[in-house]
Amino acid sequence: MTLYLQVLQFLLSGLTMGSTYALIGIGFSLIHNATGIVNFAQGEFVMLGGMFMITFFSFLRLPMPVAFFLTVLSVAAVGLLLEQGPIRRARSKEILILVMITVGASISIKGLSMLLWGKNPMTLPPFSGDAPIVLLGAAIMPQSLWTFAITVIVVVGLNYFFKGTLIGKAMRAVAASRRSALLTGIPVDRMILLSFTFSGALGAVAGMILTPITTTSYDAGVMLGLKGFSAAILGGYGSMPGAVVGGLFLGVLESLSAGLISSEYKDALAFFILLTVLFFKPSGILGRGRLRRV
Amino acid sequence: MQAAILEAQNITLRFGGLEALNGVSFSIAPNQIVGIIGPNGAGKTTLLNAITGVYALDSGEIFFQGIPLSGLKSFQITGLGINRTFQQVQLFSQMTVLENVMVGMHPRTKSGFLGGILHLPGERKEEKGIRKQAETLLEFFGLQAKANWLASHLSVGEQKRLELGRALASQPSLLFLDEPVAGLNIREMEEMGDLIIRLRENGQTVVLVEHNMHLVMGISDWVIVLNNGSKISEGRPEAMQRDSRVVEAYLGS
Amino acid sequence: MGKKNKIALLTYASIIFLVPAILQNNYHLMVLNVAALNIIVVIGLNLLMGYAGQISLGHAAFFGLGAYLSAVLTTTYGLPPWIMLFLAMGITGLVSYAIGIPTLKLEGHYLVMATLGFSIIIYIFMLQLDGVTGGPSGFAGIPRLRIGSLTFDSDRKIFYLLWPVSIGVLMLSLNLIHSRVGRAMAALSHNEIAARCSGIDTETYKVKIFVISAVLASLAGSLYAHYITFISPGTFSFFYSIQVVTMVLVGGMGSLWGSVFGAVLLTLLPEVLHAVKEYNVLIYGAILMVVLIFFPEGLLPGMVRTWGKRRSGGGSFSRQPTALEKRG
Repeated sequence: MTLYLQVLQFLLSGLTMGSTYALIGIGFSLIHNATGIVNFAQGEFVMLGGMFMITFFSFLRLPMPVAFFLTVLSVAAVGLLLEQGPIRRARSKEILILVMITVGASISIKGLSMLLWGKNPMTLPPFSGDAPIVLLGAAIMPQSLWTFAITVIVVVGLNYFFKGTLIGKAMRAVAASRRSALLTGIPVDRMILLSFTFSGALGAVAGMILTPITTTSYDAGVMLGLKGFSAAILGGYGSMPGAVVGGLFLGVLESLSAGLISSEYKDALAFFILLTVLFFKPSGILGRGRLRRV
Repeated sequence: MQAAILEAQNITLRFGGLEALNGVSFSIAPNQIVGIIGPNGAGKTTLLNAITGVYALDSGEIFFQGIPLSGLKSFQITGLGINRTFQQVQLFSQMTVLENVMVGMHPRTKSGFLGGILHLPGERKEEKGIRKQAETLLEFFGLQAKANWLASHLSVGEQKRLELGRALASQPSLLFLDEPVAGLNIREMEEMGDLIIRLRENGQTVVLVEHNMHLVMGISDWVIVLNNGSKISEGRPEAMQRDSRVVEAYLGS
Repeated sequence: MGKKNKIALLTYASIIFLVPAILQNNYHLMVLNVAALNIIVVIGLNLLMGYAGQISLGHAAFFGLGAYLSAVLTTTYGLPPWIMLFLAMGITGLVSYAIGIPTLKLEGHYLVMATLGFSIIIYIFMLQLDGVTGGPSGFAGIPRLRIGSLTFDSDRKIFYLLWPVSIGVLMLSLNLIHSRVGRAMAALSHNEIAARCSGIDTETYKVKIFVISAVLASLAGSLYAHYITFISPGTFSFFYSIQVVTMVLVGGMGSLWGSVFGAVLLTLLPEVLHAVKEYNVLIYGAILMVVLIFFPEGLLPGMVRTWGKRRSGGGSFSRQPTALEKRG
């Protein structure tokens, strides 16, 4: 295969992974915008998405659209429970403590998954078969096309939601200034609940489209969560277009370096990129520097 | 005529599109009580924050005893000899009254990590000195009986005095007080006023940012008036009370 | 450090001294030895969390750096262990300095991410550089530590090396907390703006504390390597970083004695949970959540609080311990 074709191949697989990183990153941004905390359980939402889908579709043999819908609902419910339970009940509202609570939640979810589904990796069949489609000389898996399509739909949908609906605008208001939102009568608590529920749903979607490509297992959540978080920081923490740009950038860079340089250090690269961005431009690719207090 | 202890030259500070300070210039003579007044939103606290290094100026310069302050960090400015109190008392609420004052002495002391970890004799001696000086300061403020209380357990008036004590512990040449009598009753207000006058008698230069006209006009040697981020007038208190621009600024706001 | 702390230290040291005489089982001694090392890491981390108000999720990497640096330099290159131990501390200090300087200027979650990312990178290098580190199967044959003609080659003997070091670290840290620097650090953790305006160089202090915490972890790592004589990447995973943070929180941020308690408790816990192997991850996560949700100030202070309320019939009018009393 010529270099051009190889690079194209890596580019495509990078964009595919990148799309899922973008979705995960958006999940992080949603919760951070509403509450200021980093939800370390986000990666587990993704893992659960895969697991639930496998349960509904492969084990219970429900039709794919039904399984899809139920999975999104289930993981959204997990997000809801996380907020209503541990987060809401916490005696301390300090951000550091709440973040560590999400870490505890992520470990618990991982432990529970280990009991429910065992330790072995599992997979889903691709949505529409695995016969590659040839485009511009490179082979694309149909699953990749599904990934792009679904990501685009989700991003466009979320964009419309946040700009065009009342609830979406209310959530943006909370992100901008919690106090002002409270003063204008916005039910901030409910917006926070929504952000967790949405993040759960987003995680589910990411997990479902990812599992046919990379398989999943009870401990897949940690790495995915971290990469999604890196994507969010990379693009500009808290911004949705930022998470998308960051995710795609990360996915492509990861894929290119794995293919062209070395695949063993692929994961290390993702974090190396993260560290570099943190050191030189902490506000991210799209981020604007904030008013710097001396 | 003595050289000014603080000089602000044409300072401007913007927040986004809003101009919080616009070309403000003034100087402060040593060993005076200077009041800075103005209606709400005039930029008084912003000015204070700019001088103490909390905000960076967009243009202009501030000189303290001839030294330019731009680019310096808050802790460095404190080290030079400027200190302040806050509108909302910013104590270390979970530390004791005595400890709060001892922290205030930080810029005038020097034992570091090594001395602390190894409990070296130099460090031990300095600690004794810090404790003694802090206790003396507490006596000056009448708080020595509550030295081991948690700072958060003091009354509002006592907390304000403690914060003032902490600021004084760093032996500043220039002291800024941000609304020192807000929330105090009449008696506490008069005590604070007396305290400030005593400070001046001890050679201190004090700048008051205040809403309470009675206090400002009562004890200030000089008054600077701000409105909408600009200086509109300055002079002796009696003159300011008669100045039409000042009256208008307050009535019109 | 105050009379109370001195007495407590003396009592603590005396009890520890007697333990090997009472405990005959070598396995139990080993668990306690590991606890001693965890105490060192946790005290360092507590200085960072309780006083600089920052969280690091990468202390496994500093622990691992100490371990692998000592291991490789002494085994592969035959260099003297004690000197390599200090060299490893120095290298780890420099690395942590490089990480801390840019990130500690920013909000808390940046350090979280940076330390997390860093520790994953180190972990991957441990796995992949198998020519140097032995890869996933680990690195064996690490020489024991020696002082003169005494070789620390049994659990019992090394107990009397690790625990004095651990107690020493506690003592020095207590000294630090009760000094001018410690006071400045406490102020920093309570109210950073007020601390700055009081003349404290908060940025430099945060970096210094971060470096100290990393160096302590490295020390513990080197000692660990020379003790167990075999190390593998699995010990230095992300989970260990979580464990030590949990130990700090269970003991109570800012309380060094609490760190001792938290470290010992949570080192013993997995041994207990070993019996319920499949459930141990779930239970660990659940404990972390429960402690954080209901006892965010630490397990002991929290239990005292709840019990105190019940005894005095509710209401929190009981006299709170002053910060001076709490300190230590």
